[in-house]
Parts: sequence; C-alpha cells; structure tokens
Amino acid sequence: MSESVAQGEHTGGMAGVAADWSSDQRAFKGVPWHKAMMWIFLLSDTFIFSCFLISYMEVRSTTTAVWPSSSEVFALTIMGNSIPLVLIAIMTFILITSSGTMAMAVRFGYQKNKNMTAFLLIVTALLGLSFVGMQAFEWTKLIVEEGVRPWGNPMGAPQFGSTFFMVTGFHGFHVSVGVIFLVITAVKVMRGSYDNERPGFMTGRKGSYQFVETMGLYWHFVDLVWVFIFAFFYLW
Amino acid sequence: MSTATTMHDETGHVPPAEVEEVELYHAKTWLGKYVFSQDAKVIAIQYGCTAIAIGMVGLVLSLMMRLQLGFPNEFSFINPSNYIQAVTMHGMIMVVYLLTALFLGGFGNYFIPIMIGARDMVFPYVNMLSFWIYLLSVLILVASFFVPGGPSGAGWTLYPPQVMLEGTPGHEWGAILMLVSLAFFIIGFTMGGLNYVVTVLQARTRGMTLMRLPLTVWGIFMATILALLAFPALLVSAIMMLFDMLLGASFFMPAIVSMGEQLDHSGGSPILFQHLFWFFGHPEVYIVALPAFGMVSDILSVHARKAIFGYRMMVWAIVAIGGLSFIVWAHHMYVSGMNPYFGFFFATTTLIIAVPTALKVYNWVLTLWRGNIHLTIPMLFAIGFIFTFVNGGLTGLFLGNVTVDLPLSDTLFVVAHFHMVMAVSPVLVLYGAIYHWYPKISGRMFHQGMAQFHFWITFVGSYAIYYPMHYLGLMGVPRRYFSMGSTDFILPSAQGLNEFITIAAIIVGVTQLLFIYNLVWSLFKGEKASDNPWNATTLEWQTATTPPGHGNFGKELPLVYRWPYDYSVPGEDIDFLPQNQPPRGAG
Ligand code: HEM
Ligand SMILES: [Cu+2]
Repeated sequence: MSESVAQGEHTGGMAGVAADWSSDQRAFKGVPWHKAMMWIFLLSDTFIFSCFLISYMEVRSTTTAVWPSSSEVFALTIMGNSIPLVLIAIMTFILITSSGTMAMAVRFGYQKNKNMTAFLLIVTALLGLSFVGMQAFEWTKLIVEEGVRPWGNPMGAPQFGSTFFMVTGFHGFHVSVGVIFLVITAVKVMRGSYDNERPGFMTGRKGSYQFVETMGLYWHFVDLVWVFIFAFFYLW
Repeated sequence: MSTATTMHDETGHVPPAEVEEVELYHAKTWLGKYVFSQDAKVIAIQYGCTAIAIGMVGLVLSLMMRLQLGFPNEFSFINPSNYIQAVTMHGMIMVVYLLTALFLGGFGNYFIPIMIGARDMVFPYVNMLSFWIYLLSVLILVASFFVPGGPSGAGWTLYPPQVMLEGTPGHEWGAILMLVSLAFFIIGFTMGGLNYVVTVLQARTRGMTLMRLPLTVWGIFMATILALLAFPALLVSAIMMLFDMLLGASFFMPAIVSMGEQLDHSGGSPILFQHLFWFFGHPEVYIVALPAFGMVSDILSVHARKAIFGYRMMVWAIVAIGGLSFIVWAHHMYVSGMNPYFGFFFATTTLIIAVPTALKVYNWVLTLWRGNIHLTIPMLFAIGFIFTFVNGGLTGLFLGNVTVDLPLSDTLFVVAHFHMVMAVSPVLVLYGAIYHWYPKISGRMFHQGMAQFHFWITFVGSYAIYYPMHYLGLMGVPRRYFSMGSTDFILPSAQGLNEFITIAAIIVGVTQLLFIYNLVWSLFKGEKASDNPWNATTLEWQTATTPPGHGNFGKELPLVYRWPYDYSVPGEDIDFLPQNQPPRGAG
C-alpha cells in the first residue's frame, strides 16, 4: 500500500475504500471497535426483523380467514369520535423526535459538553419510555377491550394477534433495552467516565464520547425498524 | 505496491501503528484465570471441551440407531420412540452444538487473534459471556433427556406440524427445550461472532493485510459472517414455533385432525417454517465447511512445504461460496410441492455453487502436486478430507437436480451425501487440525502410533459406513425409519449391508475413544514440543512461549512482512520464511 494511506491521509471514493481494505491493521480507518461491532450487530438484527416481517406477510397472505381492518382495530374513541390510528401517530411522532434528541446528544458529546449530553440522553430515554408506555396501553386495550389473543380474536384471522404481539413485542423489547442503556450512558457521561477514559461497561475498554454515537446507532436503528412495522402493521 | 501482481507478497517496510495498544485485563485469581477467563485461548479450550463432550453424546446416540438398523429388534432398550429421538438429538447436537461451536467458538477463539497478530479478541468480557451462554444452551439441551416425554423426536429439521403433534415423542417438553436451547445458543454465538468479525477487520497487527491472512482465518471469518446472517432465521422460527406451542398461535399449524380430534390451530403455513429453517440450514452447512476449507488449506501447505495454489482464488472462492450459500436453500424442499420455476431457480444456483467449491478442490490437489509431501498425521487427515469431500460433493450434484432428487429425497442416499460432505469431511479436518496445533496448544507432541491407528480406522471406517448407504438409498431405503417392515422394493440383501455398516460404525466409534485418550495421555506423557515443530510460517508458531501466554506475544507485537505461504522459496537456505521475518537486506 502507498505511504500516504498508511500515514492516515485519505483518498476519497472507491479508490479510498479499496486502499483501506487492502491496507493493514484496520479495514475501517478511524472507526473504533465498539462502533464497528454495533454496525455488524445491527446488520444481523436487520436479518431478524426482516425474517419477522416477511413471515408476517407470508402468514397474512396465506391464512384463509379475513384479516381484521387495521383502521378499525387501531382506532381510539376520543370525545365520542372514533379516530383511526391516532395513538400510533403519536407514538411514531414521539419515537422520531427521540431520534432527533439522540442525534443532538451525539453532537454535544463530541463537543465534550457533559451536561447537555447527559440531559439529551435522558430526554431520549424518557421519550423511549413513553413510547413503551403507550405501547403497553395499546396492548391492554387490544387484549381487554377487543379480545385479541395470540390464539384468536373476534375480528378474524387468529394470526392477526400473534403476529402483532410477537413483532411489536420484539420491537418494544429493543426499545426497552435501549432505554436502559441510554440511562447507563447518561450516568457514565455525568460521572465523567468519558472524560477520564474509565473502562466501559462490559467492555473493559477506555471510555470515550464515541460510545454515545454507538448508542445512537442502535437507537436510530430501532426507530427505523419502527417505520417499517408502522407501515406493514398499521397502514396495510 | 510492486509485489501485488506476484503471489509471493513481501515488503521490506511495515506501516506505523494506527492505534496504541490497549492494556488487557489480567486476572489475579485462579478462578479468573481458568474459569471465568477473558483470555480467548482459555475460552477456546472451554468451548472445545464442551463441544467434544456433547459430541460424545451425539456419537453414542448414533451407535444406538445403528444397533437397531443392523440388528432389528435385538435390543429391547431401543423402541420406535427413542429411536427417532436419537435421530433428532444426534443431528442437532452434531451440526450445531459440536461442529459450529468447535469450529467457531473453539478454533475461532484460539486462532483468530494469534494468527492476525492481536493480543486478544476486541471485547474479551463479551467473549467470555459467549461461552457461558453456550454452556447454558448445552445444559438446557441435555435437560431435555430428563423431562417427561423425553427429547424431541421430530428430526433435526424440527418440521411442523409433526413436531408438536401428540404422536411425536417429546412434543410435551422436549421440543420446547430444544427451541429455547437454540435461542440461547444463538445469543451466545452472536456475542462471540461479533467479536471474531471485528477482530479480523479492525485489530490486525502492523503489516497484516487481509490478503496476508492465513486461509484458516479467512474460512472462520466468512463462516462467522454467514452465521451472523443465517442464525436470525432460526431464531425467528424458534420464537414463532414457541408461540405455536405455548400460546396456541397458528403460525406453522394448519387446521389439522390429530388422534381423531380437531386441533385448535388453523390457517398456519408449515412451508413457511421450511423456508425459514433452510434459509438458516443451508448456510449452516457452509458455516461448518468454510472453516474446514481454510484449515485444510493451511495443513496441506505446511506439510507439502509448498505455497497454497492460487491463494487469491481460494480467498475469493470462500467469499463467493459464502454469498451463494444464501440463495440455494430451497434445494432441500424440492419435494415440498413448490412452484416448478422455483425448483428450476434453486437447482441453477445450487449447481453454480459447485463451481467455486470444485475450484478449491483443484487448488488443494495442485498444492500437493510436486510438493515435498510429509505424510505426517495432520497431512493424512487433510488428504483424507480431499477424498471424502469430493465424494460428497459429487452426490450433491445429483441431489441438486430436481428430477434426480425427487426419488432420492428422504432416502439413505441423502444421508450418505451429507455425511460424506458435512460429517466425515469436516471431522477429518478437525482431527487433522487438532493434531496439527496440539503441540502449540499443549506444549507437547501427541503419540504417533495411536494417531496413525486413529486415522486409518476413521478414514477407512467412514467409507465402510457411508459407501454402502449410497446403494441402500438408490434402492429406496428411507431415512429415519425404525424398521422397514415387509417392503417389496427393499431386497433382503439390504439387511446384510446394514449389519456391515453397524459393525463398521461400532469400530469407528470406539476408536474415537482412543483419540481422546491420546489427547489426555500426551498432555502428561507426550514429548515436549518445540515452538515450531512443523516449521510453519504463520504467526501462531512464532510466539515466545509454548503454549502462548495471555496476550499471545511478548512485549512487542509481531510485524508482518509477507504472506503466510513462503515455503521452499527459491534461493533461501531454509524452506520456510515466517510472516514476521523481514526480507533480506531490509530493516
Ligand atoms: C456440490 C455442492 C452441493 C450440492 C449441489 C448439494 C446439494 C444438496 C441437496 C440438493 C440436498 C437435499 C437433498 C434432499 O433432501 O433430497 C442436500 C442435502 C444436504 N446437504 Fe448438500 N450439497 C452440496 C454440498 C454440501 C456441503 C458442502 C454440505 C456441508 C458441509 C452439505 C450438507 C448437506 C446436508 C446436511 C444435507 C441434508 C440436510 C437434511 O435433510 O437433513 N451439502 N445437498
Ligand atoms: Cu443445502
């Protein structure tokens, strides 16, 4: 490889990619280990969600019973009017907003602004928590009021309930795990673990504000997955 | 760089370090060093021992099946239920809990860091968790032998609806435990697998480019990527199946009458499960095969004192096989009643994947050609592998064609195919690899005589077991049957063959105990091994101590000046140049 690449100067475009991949030490220059690992984990997780969604489409199109109409099932009665998809619109809005606060946290992190980073991480966590809360509300309504169960429901195909609980549950689990890690990250920011490079949680590696970005990758991914779930479960 | 066009890739200059080294966590207690160790090499040995232990269970189960087939109804402890349970557990244990774990968790952990010149995996703590979760999954699997109803008897493919119907053994608890165990296995594997991939990509030593990685690392690396992308399908199907079994959902269950009763399920799709399972299942066979491909390449090269033929081609073949293995899965489903155009598509991709595979075989043979062949124990196993693998690959071509497959599907022909290609071949490589690296891992040489005996019995015995199965399969003898009953198309002579196979299997099975005895005996009584007994070039042989300590290398990490196959370089006094040896006149 040429001297210039080894010195860390970058050529752009395809030539740059080729130079990086044919170089020694690292294929992704300047990418810390935890970030590379997160990307690969997310790739694997993408396959999980794809399998879920494709399976959902498959059962939905092969089942013989009618599929309940999503605009009716997911309507809320507010002041006497039945408004379709209102809860889910709010949930989606909240989750997308949390992506924004997450991105801001990453930015303040790189500026080493401890207080703002921690604050925005907590805001993100709270938005995530309210998302999970509203999901719990939605589940309760479906189970208690509409009588939806994994094995059947009064409106039609039994697979409606099982796919819904399975896929939104799996996503909600991701959000919940994310909330826990957001809080942990916020605490570490406040403690100054990323300023004095204290070893990280479960990694033993030196702390750095780049962890905030890695956390952000996960969070944005979970949001992105929600967009697909939203489209396939509520709009179809 | 000027050497890019020649295979013999050597540079006098090594780029400066891009990142400073990070301090490893050195455990102080005995428990921290040997039990909850974060050293990839200790984790590797833990993985290896667990895998071999559960593999012995799988071996005993297979002998149980063989006893029934060879001597029908002679043994009262075998009945139709536990026969099919043995089939199921044998298959799943061997494929997932033995081979996948041993190749990736065992060899991956030991050799990735040390071969690429790293001190450890990038996240040792997560790596340690990976092993403990794997152990948990093994324990859950073993627990299924002791629950009411016993382990699942649905075949290792766990096809619904059969898996949860009342007539299938283990439908009460066994199948559930199997699925839970698989889920844990996948979680544990993912923790390790992420480590392996990132370590290869981001933690190589100075001078170690991707095109200077030993093929062992390439094979394990690509297999890990396959696993990270294929296991999700298995995880999802396990979760969906658990929904069906525990919550009464109907993902995979159509409306069905069982034991004269209409079940509560309706509208599910059993074929969906088959797609999910084989989307995992076919890459899985390459998860097992690719590390074997890589390791056999290195063993052949070292013991033939010759560079691997067509290194770059070998790398690209590994990558191509990895990619293609995701679009051939439905060749396992030709008999499922799918659209004929689908069958046509999958037959085509299946035959295409044979091209890079065949290319690798040619290159192995060409590596031997005019090499300075030393018939050491590892070399015997490696050459044995070439034979068995060609054999299994050729029957794969038959099965890959829809019309040829239809009559052969679900016969012993398929069993013969996948045992030659996926059982015998990778296992021969595993033995070769264990013998090859045993001196480095234990610091002692193994006993030659026992190893010779082990090789010949295993190699010849494998042919004795699986060759006749091809004939039985062509005759139409079905797989997974407890007994054949009175069937016209199965000739009486089939029984004779079955007896022969069983006797061969018992001999081979018992011989494996000798292998384990050899490992243990040599650990204490073996001759002390030198640092580099085979005169090999790769970095694991260049460590300061044998066995290498925590951190693999001494104070300084090795610098890499050349590719891993500088054997018998013309004009040199010795017939190998280690990767960390600078070119003459440089430095
Ligand atoms: C030349 C390349 C290959 C081709 C064309 C091929 C083709 C096939 C086909 C069509 C089947 C399905 C047969 C049936 O069920 O009717 C099959 C089964 C199988 N193959 Fe291969 N194969 C090839 C290589 C491999 C390799 C390299 C491995 C593993 C290392 C492997 C492992 C298996 C296994 C485990 C099964 C049986 C699974 C089961 O039904 O339980 N094959 N192969
Ligand atoms: Cu296959």
